[in-house]
Amino acid sequence: MSGNTSMTQRIEDKLASGIALDHLEVINESGGHNVPADSQTHFKVVLVSDEFVDKRLLARHRQVNELLAAELAQGVHALAIHTYTPHEWRERFGAAPLSPPCQGVREKNPED
Amino acid sequence: MSEEIVATIKGQIESNPILLYMKGSPQAPQCGFSAQTVQCLIACGQRFAYVDILSHPEIRATLPTYANWPTFPQLYVDGELIGGCDIVTEMFEAGELEPLIKEAADAVEEG
Repeated sequence: MSGNTSMTQRIEDKLASGIALDHLEVINESGGHNVPADSQTHFKVVLVSDEFVDKRLLARHRQVNELLAAELAQGVHALAIHTYTPHEWRERFGAAPLSPPCQGVREKNPED
Repeated sequence: MSEEIVATIKGQIESNPILLYMKGSPQAPQCGFSAQTVQCLIACGQRFAYVDILSHPEIRATLPTYANWPTFPQLYVDGELIGGCDIVTEMFEAGELEPLIKEAADAVEEG
């Protein structure tokens, strides 16, 4: 982690600098998982952008994963990604799906 | 990346038309994202293959680089990466997953 910047802030900055966003949510979901308190390991990101128009989900997710490659390599263990065009976002009434509950055992080396 | 492990991964992806790399097994998933993906696949009603990456650390270490996809689970259909839990779930809810899976399974039966 770099200095006092939280991982949430880092993720927000990276995504905002790489994609022209209408809407962005970065949620630290680590609390629901079998990791120490105050962990910054499990995140959910919700992005709404015109850039996603005519782009398949796989390509959208690759774009997000690539922007966050350093964070995924440095402690972010799980990343739920929800990407929408402005039209898709309006059709969902501005709500992204919930992440599934953790079923994991605590792993010795969760940084994959 | 070890060439031997890459060859193993390629072989798995090529020889299994519906293949899920996951944490744990379909009966005992070890991660909520893997569990949810399995539920979507089971609901499609076709047999599928899986690899438990917790039991195969060498595959867990190599597949993200090989596939250019950093997280698990990863679903492959007919040799192509479909995506992880979020994509599989979204496709399932949109009614797009079941025909894709069925087509892959039917091709095997006819083959």
